[in-house]
Amino acid sequence: MSIIEQVTELMPTLLEQTGIMLWIVALALIFGGICGLILGLLLYVTRKGGIMQQTVVFWVINILVNTFRPVPFIIFIAAIQPLARQVVGTGIGSDAVVFGISIAASFFIARLVEQNLMAVDPGVIEAARAMGASPWRIVRTVILPEALGPLVLGYTFAIVALIDMSAVAGIIGGEGLGNYAVSYGYRQFDPVVTWTALFIIVIVVQLIQAFGNILARKILRR
Amino acid sequence: MPHIALKDVTKEYPAPQRGHAPTVAVDRVSLEIEKGDVFGIIGYSGAGKSTLVRLINALEPATAGSIEIDGTDITRLSAARQRQMRTGIGMIFQRFNLLSSRSVRRNVEYPLEVAGMGKAERRRKALELLDFVGLADKAGAFPEQLSGGQQQRVGIARALAADPPILLADEATSALDPETTDEVLDLLAKVNRDLGVTIVVITHEMEVIARIATKVAVMDRGQVVEAGETYSVFTNPQTATSRRFVRTVVRNLPTGDELTELRAQHEGRFFTISFTDEGATEARVFGALARAGVDFNLVYGGVDSIQGRVYGLLTIAVRGDAAAVDEAVSSIGSGVTVEEVHA
Ligand SMILES: Nc1ncnc2c1ncn2[C@@H]1O[C@H](COP(=O)(O)OP(=O)(O)O)[C@@H](O)[C@H]1O
Ligand SMILES: [Mg+2]
Repeated sequence: MSIIEQVTELMPTLLEQTGIMLWIVALALIFGGICGLILGLLLYVTRKGGIMQQTVVFWVINILVNTFRPVPFIIFIAAIQPLARQVVGTGIGSDAVVFGISIAASFFIARLVEQNLMAVDPGVIEAARAMGASPWRIVRTVILPEALGPLVLGYTFAIVALIDMSAVAGIIGGEGLGNYAVSYGYRQFDPVVTWTALFIIVIVVQLIQAFGNILARKILRR
Repeated sequence: MPHIALKDVTKEYPAPQRGHAPTVAVDRVSLEIEKGDVFGIIGYSGAGKSTLVRLINALEPATAGSIEIDGTDITRLSAARQRQMRTGIGMIFQRFNLLSSRSVRRNVEYPLEVAGMGKAERRRKALELLDFVGLADKAGAFPEQLSGGQQQRVGIARALAADPPILLADEATSALDPETTDEVLDLLAKVNRDLGVTIVVITHEMEVIARIATKVAVMDRGQVVEAGETYSVFTNPQTATSRRFVRTVVRNLPTGDELTELRAQHEGRFFTISFTDEGATEARVFGALARAGVDFNLVYGGVDSIQGRVYGLLTIAVRGDAAAVDEAVSSIGSGVTVEEVHA
């Protein structure tokens, strides 16, 4: 069988696995993205000198993020299995994978959001305060809009990291393109599978990155 | 009742490290600002000017003292009432602080959104203000597309959008070139004259005060060392600190090094001569010296305009025998202060 024939035969399966991967990433992006945004915002506003300084809240979140963010994801997803069983009803399969990625992504995105918000010019926040805006209004109308361009780039970066995480789904019985490449390409010594999967992932990542860049450029007007 | 009254206001910032003394940024300051004043606060960098102005709109809480606006002590208001109070005080900044995510018009609308005004009404008001500051054609532009002077005019339009009776300007012209500075100062003068807005101008630049401030307070190390009518504070400073300050900012007196150089170039005894518009003119000073028959020349200084009034501060070198020089100098007459500059 020629390589072309083999790839053609593989395609339907690979595309299906790509779909599963994107579905897992999309769900994890929604849950992890929202939780991460909230955590990152809380870190930013509650820190010393922040617009809603709350030292205790800051330290609790800060320690939580610092503890879990550096844990390698392959260990994290195994460790969090019992919690997944409690929350999504199962410790294995795609639901558990989505749960694990969402939690890990929350911590990761929290830092990313915090860093992008820190870059907002304190002068514009001061101006908004001087105009009588409340802290919550300042978050909605100043901090988030002013940081939107960098946030879009940050989230684009996060999506790529989520795709990376989704590849280890197999260890708790999840599916997806990454897992397929490991199980049927690497473990069964079939470089055609591995390389075709790699090629698809490269294309997907490039498309996402290009889309993120265009969107950010539009927001930043440059 | 003064419009804004500060009584024994102190602001301390906690020490940067344990064991250090706290920073006293504002030290027992008392000031009264009347309705319609353009009140200048001048001092070196680090004197506490920005801190003082941020106490007036409660962006920082005061450590001690009271700050009354129309008789209400704003230091005692709840956070919500303080925000309410801030809508009545516009503020402009050295770096303009416009929102880069919004068009010029929507920047000007911001305080109106805070005030809960409807969309159409906001838009109308913002365009009216942009017209007032001469930027009607820039409504749809974004801040980065404007020059510094234009951005500051947008800042002024935004600060005035909610019709505040008070405007605070913190080094509003310090990031601008001299020509643009003049435009912005003219605009502030117009805001005061046409809209009756009381303006508090913070600056380290004498020219700004001389052009628009009717009254001035000189700040040094957190304290107000002198306050009064701009013209009299600058022409006749009462305290040693303000005298020293006025001399450095007025720049009409040679510094120590310059003086040494001048003495190397010019023979004779050095005198500084200062006069106000009530006393004399440059022509009268020179005429008197010429009539006395001594040989003299102007080595430093010049005539300034403060609040549109003349203020001269000249350093001259006079040659001749001691008695003739004394005679000549005393013949200059009244309304002029003459001091010999000793080596
Ligand atoms: N947020 C702050 N925390 C600690 N110290 C401050 C803060 N703001 C100002 N200071 C200190 O207070 C003093 C006065 O500063 P400032 O009011 O900015 O002076 P000016 O505006 O006259 O240059 C300085 O010593 C400055 O370092
Ligand atoms: Mg300052």
